[in-house]
Amino acid sequence: MLVVDDDASLSEMLSIVLRQEGFDSYVVERGDEAMEAFHSYRPDVVLLDLMLPGKDGIDVCKEIRAESGVPIVMLTAKTDTVDVVLGLESGADDYVVKPFKPKELVARIRARVRRNEAPGAATLTVGPLSIDVAGHAVTRDGHPVSLTPLEFDLLVCLARKPWQVFTREVLLEQVWGYRHSADTRLVNVHVQRLRSKVESDPENPEIVLTVRGVGYKAGSSGQQ
Amino acid sequence: MSQLVEQTVPEVLRRGLTFWRRSIQARVVVSTVLLSAIVVTAVGWFLLRQVEQGLVDRRVDAVLTEVANENDQASARLNAVPGTDTNATTQANELLAPIDASGQIRGFTVVMARTAAPGTPLTDRGPEYSAQLDLASVPDSLIRHFDSSRKEAWTYTTIRYAGKRAPAPTPGIVVGSTVRIPADGSSRTLYYLFPLDDVQDTLSLVTRALLTAGILLLLLIAALTWLLTRQIVTPIRLARRVAERLAAGQLQERLRVSGEDDLARLATSFNQMATNLQRQIRQLEELSRVQRRFVSDVSHELRTPLTTVRLAGSVLHEAREGFDPQTRRSAELLQRELDRFETLLIDLLEISRFDAGAAVLDLDDVNLTDVVRRVVDNTRSLADQRSTRVVVDAPTTPCVAEADVRRVERIVRNLVTNAIDHAESKEILVTVAADDQAAAIAVRDHGVGLATGESAMVFNRFWRADPARARTSGGTGLGLAISLEDTHLHGGWLQAWGRPAEGAQFRLTLPRHAGQPLRHSPLPLVPDDAAEVVA
Repeated sequence: MLVVDDDASLSEMLSIVLRQEGFDSYVVERGDEAMEAFHSYRPDVVLLDLMLPGKDGIDVCKEIRAESGVPIVMLTAKTDTVDVVLGLESGADDYVVKPFKPKELVARIRARVRRNEAPGAATLTVGPLSIDVAGHAVTRDGHPVSLTPLEFDLLVCLARKPWQVFTREVLLEQVWGYRHSADTRLVNVHVQRLRSKVESDPENPEIVLTVRGVGYKAGSSGQQ
Repeated sequence: MSQLVEQTVPEVLRRGLTFWRRSIQARVVVSTVLLSAIVVTAVGWFLLRQVEQGLVDRRVDAVLTEVANENDQASARLNAVPGTDTNATTQANELLAPIDASGQIRGFTVVMARTAAPGTPLTDRGPEYSAQLDLASVPDSLIRHFDSSRKEAWTYTTIRYAGKRAPAPTPGIVVGSTVRIPADGSSRTLYYLFPLDDVQDTLSLVTRALLTAGILLLLLIAALTWLLTRQIVTPIRLARRVAERLAAGQLQERLRVSGEDDLARLATSFNQMATNLQRQIRQLEELSRVQRRFVSDVSHELRTPLTTVRLAGSVLHEAREGFDPQTRRSAELLQRELDRFETLLIDLLEISRFDAGAAVLDLDDVNLTDVVRRVVDNTRSLADQRSTRVVVDAPTTPCVAEADVRRVERIVRNLVTNAIDHAESKEILVTVAADDQAAAIAVRDHGVGLATGESAMVFNRFWRADPARARTSGGTGLGLAISLEDTHLHGGWLQAWGRPAEGAQFRLTLPRHAGQPLRHSPLPLVPDDAAEVVA
């Protein structure tokens, strides 16, 4: 667990809470030191504050995402849609708004490190996409597509039941692990990110379809 | 083709009317030209009458002189005839012949007739007359005049000609005089007919000249007026355009000031006004920006340490079993008050964001029934604690409105928890309804209710119906105020109704589409059961 936060007290407190829950953590206080620590420490999850000295949290997030699909949970003091969406678009999987309860944070982290091991078909097909569930690999017309674990989970969730329309709330529960309704902007942003990777034309999606007023579903070609 | 014309004519007319309504210039030019045309016509007509009168008068004078001259010569010739000649007809013919000859040279014609009984037509009076002349040219009134008088007389007439290749009729003057034939002492009446051709020609020349001058004058006036109004209207139009741009938010727009005249001073004042406006708006914007920034900073600065405290509190709370009783109790209190502090802080920050104008909507199609059910599910534990029940009455069809789901959910949550707080363990009914204009949610409780005048105050910040009342669910006193701000952000209504001991109803109405004005709500504000009591 890599904790990047400029507030020393909070970082220390986070380490204590995480240790109680059985996670090892490594604390970095500056944005520009984050990448170095990321390379040497190889964390399973990154907890990232958005406002950092040295380098902006958004930039750190983008850099990590550029080379790794490791789950990133943002810690943010801002609740504006613009700030949240900006953070999610830069690659974060989830976010927690300060002040948060320790249980809330731990639940978010556990949801990210848990592997989606639900039984089901080993290989799914949506349109030109072929999904190897066990091998965590997606190919489009034979070419591999690189997805983060979260995007993979989202795609698999939709592809398992191509006949079903998933509301944003259901997706939040199944992919993010939220028990109660949370922020549907999470779903919107990640569907956009997923589309930009798997669709040939993200403006006219064929794989992840929007059902207006309800939610999303997988493309009509479905399982074969 | 005709259809096309039918369609385009009203179109052209409409455009013309629009232009007429909008253009001061067109109106000023047209009215000036119309007035000038009336004056020019009157003056022209008067001039023409004067000229005509003068010309005719002079002509009549000349004609009378000429007639007198001819008569004198004729009398002289008659007197020169020897007294032996007694044939009156020959004498009369000899009298007429030189006059006729002179008339052919000088451009007049002549008729000679006998006197006869009154009423005898000219043709029965043995008339002798110039070739081609039509006898009808001599008016009857003049003939009758000579039945009773021998005095010379004249009048206007139309000279007509008879026979082939006769000239067109012309206006003219006819002068009559009597001559005595010495042979038998009888008298003859001589009618001289002088055409007024030349007068007519002169007159039409003058008319043409006046007409041309009048048209030119009108054109000049039109052009002058157009130029003059343009000088006035152009700056006004410029000012209008600049004002429009200012109104559209382009605050740097200014009028160009040239000279020191009234228009320049208008422009100067206008620019001063614009500058003042711009400064005020800039100040407000700056203020809003600073406040937004402040709220954002405070938010961040407060949230981070609060998170640490929160985490620490939780750790202590988790470990309270191993503490002595006093410390354990302290840990519990710390945890509980931290919860309250956190809610209060979040509410305060939220309300500051509204005050700073930093709140924005994140619109989506929201099914209000889903929101209500979700909120009721989430508040079930609270309702159970207060031993009350929340019942949802919603139609099977979805009640969809374009809204920010987080804000709507917060409003509904505030309304429901508020109702649970005040329900006194009686059942709470949440009704959802929608029509094609608006969607609404009403939360009805049968608890303490609201006193008269309180229904407007419930939305005030930190307002409490009874200050002595114990705080129960830990509401911050900001919930309804935030809900009202959220509703206003949607362009919706949030209203309260209540009566002491009969409970209260809060109604949220949202337009189906964001930005649409609300006219009515699908649900009544005063609940049906309460209305019956009044009746």
